[in-house]
Amino acid sequence: MAIAEQQTQGTQASGERTWHGIVLQILKRNEISLVPYVPDRVLTPLIKTLHADPFFTTFATAREEEAVGIVSGAWMGGRRGAVLMQTSGFATLANTLASLAVPYQIPLIMFVSERGTLGEFNYGQSLVCRTMRPVLDSLALEHHTVTRLDELEFIADRSIKQAVTTQAPVALILNPLLTGGKTFDK
Amino acid sequence: MSARNTKVMNRFDVTKRLIAKLEHEEAVIGGIGNTNFDLWAAGHRPQNFYMLGSMGLAFPIALGVALAQPERRVFALEGDGSLLMQLGALSTIAALKPKNLIMIVMDNGIYQITGAQPTPAAGVADIVAIALGSGLANSAWAADEEDFERLVDEAMSASEPSLIALCIDDKPGVGATRRDPVQIRERFMHGLGVREPL
Repeated sequence: MAIAEQQTQGTQASGERTWHGIVLQILKRNEISLVPYVPDRVLTPLIKTLHADPFFTTFATAREEEAVGIVSGAWMGGRRGAVLMQTSGFATLANTLASLAVPYQIPLIMFVSERGTLGEFNYGQSLVCRTMRPVLDSLALEHHTVTRLDELEFIADRSIKQAVTTQAPVALILNPLLTGGKTFDK
Repeated sequence: MSARNTKVMNRFDVTKRLIAKLEHEEAVIGGIGNTNFDLWAAGHRPQNFYMLGSMGLAFPIALGVALAQPERRVFALEGDGSLLMQLGALSTIAALKPKNLIMIVMDNGIYQITGAQPTPAAGVADIVAIALGSGLANSAWAADEEDFERLVDEAMSASEPSLIALCIDDKPGVGATRRDPVQIRERFMHGLGVREPL
């Protein structure tokens, strides 16, 4: 596993392409080097590979709003960033999206690990997940749910390019069909 | 406040004193409300960014600018009520140690713009103690205007992030920021050399 996590070509040592390897390559290709996050179990392999790669400045923040403020400031200063979070973290962002990212036209790139669906065991997670797409839709924010490994590169790469060129935020929702999700292990 | 032996200063006055010291196109992020009204009134600069919402994000936005442009000094002006919204940001900044970031907290103990209600911290919490406890070792109360200017001078050549807190009065902001977010952002990006003017 340690060797697989060192891989930066979007593939594991076995030659198998992983979702986190593909995301890392897409970030690099689009010159996104600043990646603040609030951790999530499912995002752990991506976070580990980002930390292991000196191309990235990646760090935990205390709250998702903070991470959005940081990448917004960085964009204005000429450096590209993306924020990693889970669905419950997205739910804390409505004010920040509506008062910073959207009106100032900042290409905020968000990767959201989707909890609350496909076998969710935490009632709070399943409820908060249902607020996510209505919030995105009410702000007319571009969002895509990625369920298939073979579609990840196209969707994420094109979405990032669209966000940058149209100066608009985008949410890439990483569904458990892609990531395996979090399983209930008692 | 008097327990700290700090003089009660005026936000517009200290903002003018700060701006007068800037000679190298330093970036200045003005927090929501009166803090950015006074920043605007102190004289518009292309390197000023004015927030129109997202209360509590002046320090995170300034951190982003500081990480993007490590050679430029970046100031952030924040109110005490706004800082309370996002205290976790202090630890994030302490962990990253951006040497070019200078945080200024204007503390009057009230939510001035909403009718001067006391904040939950008023009379009980010490912002500099919170900053020190969050890992920001280079944090201090300014005793008076002269001390504030001295602390700013020190922060300009410091090799770690600095936080300066001031006790201020309850006078409203002097100006009113023009509220066009896209224009604010574009001008700021021109000011930082990221964009060419049209």
